[in-house]
Amino acid sequence: MTSQEVAGEQVDPTPPPQSHRVRVVVPALKAAFPFTLPIFAGFWFLGLTYGMYMNSSGFSFLYPLFMSMLIYAGSMEFITVSLLLGAFNPVQAFLMTLMINARHLFYGLSMLERFKGLGPKKVYLIYGMCDETFSINFSATIPPDIDRGWFMVWVTLLNQLYWVSGSTLGGIFGSMIHINTEGLDFAMTAMFVVIFMEQWMRDRNHTSSLLGLALSLGCLLIFGADNFIIPSMLVILAVLTLLRGRLEKYGKLGID
Amino acid sequence: MATMTLTQQIITIAAVIAGTLTTRFLPFLIFPAGKPTPKYVQYLGKVLPAAVFGLLVIYCLRNVSVLSGSHGIPELISIAVVVVLHLWKRQMLLSIAGGTICYMLLVQLVF
Repeated sequence: MTSQEVAGEQVDPTPPPQSHRVRVVVPALKAAFPFTLPIFAGFWFLGLTYGMYMNSSGFSFLYPLFMSMLIYAGSMEFITVSLLLGAFNPVQAFLMTLMINARHLFYGLSMLERFKGLGPKKVYLIYGMCDETFSINFSATIPPDIDRGWFMVWVTLLNQLYWVSGSTLGGIFGSMIHINTEGLDFAMTAMFVVIFMEQWMRDRNHTSSLLGLALSLGCLLIFGADNFIIPSMLVILAVLTLLRGRLEKYGKLGID
Repeated sequence: MATMTLTQQIITIAAVIAGTLTTRFLPFLIFPAGKPTPKYVQYLGKVLPAAVFGLLVIYCLRNVSVLSGSHGIPELISIAVVVVLHLWKRQMLLSIAGGTICYMLLVQLVF
């Protein structure tokens, strides 16, 4: 779609035509970059940790390089290390991945409308939709003069670059790093707290925010840290479905 | 313990990649852009994110133990710092950096 617009404008030769890159792509990068800074801190820390973990488990840096590029789902990559050290069972690996990454289904449902009309960019946006990227792309207020598709592509790509570079460096230099970075990963928690607050400030009705916190906390207490995601998702889905009539009465719910 | 061959390793990693791709692409395959999305799914798309952000906050804190270690006090204080900073200035980076520095100081020097 965008390339057609460019072609259409180049028919008129009077103003010196700025390239598509200068008008659209670079401004989108400049707008997207600040949003990704907290991810840079968090992903470098977690990525280095993950690379060092693979290194100490006896894998060359090529493993974290390709796994972080191709799997690109942080917690699952940590688990894959133990899968690689265990008995060969690809079916179990596949099913386990479905369970652990099931939360992506919710991200997809939330992005169905927003990714419409983005052409080939959409494929990469879906491919690279990790927790952090989804949260930014869903919640960021994109300036009106910035191309939405390119903004989201840059957020996705920058985040993936941070993750791949961090984990590869961890794999290469893993045994040499001795800086006290304890606690740096809190950047991720802080970011989700801020995004939660931003959503709260935007909504007129806070039922869904409160349900998300309360039901997940309840499931964490009942099922424990390793098993609470799927029950939380099911309970959230069930309660939101039951409340549909009531919540839709609020009209737009304050969400656009 | 069984040691995998390179081929078995590649197949295992491919299975994990296939699983991740499935969870990310499935909603878009079930509800393609060309057809109108059912009203119920549109409703979910609107109300789910707020709940998911709540779930992600809890997810980040899942390994905090209230009964042992530092009792979750560094987390509690640092989240309070994030909330106060954000209510005060509403600058995303400031709130995140402030909370993270506070947390690093607490876990490295105090607890």
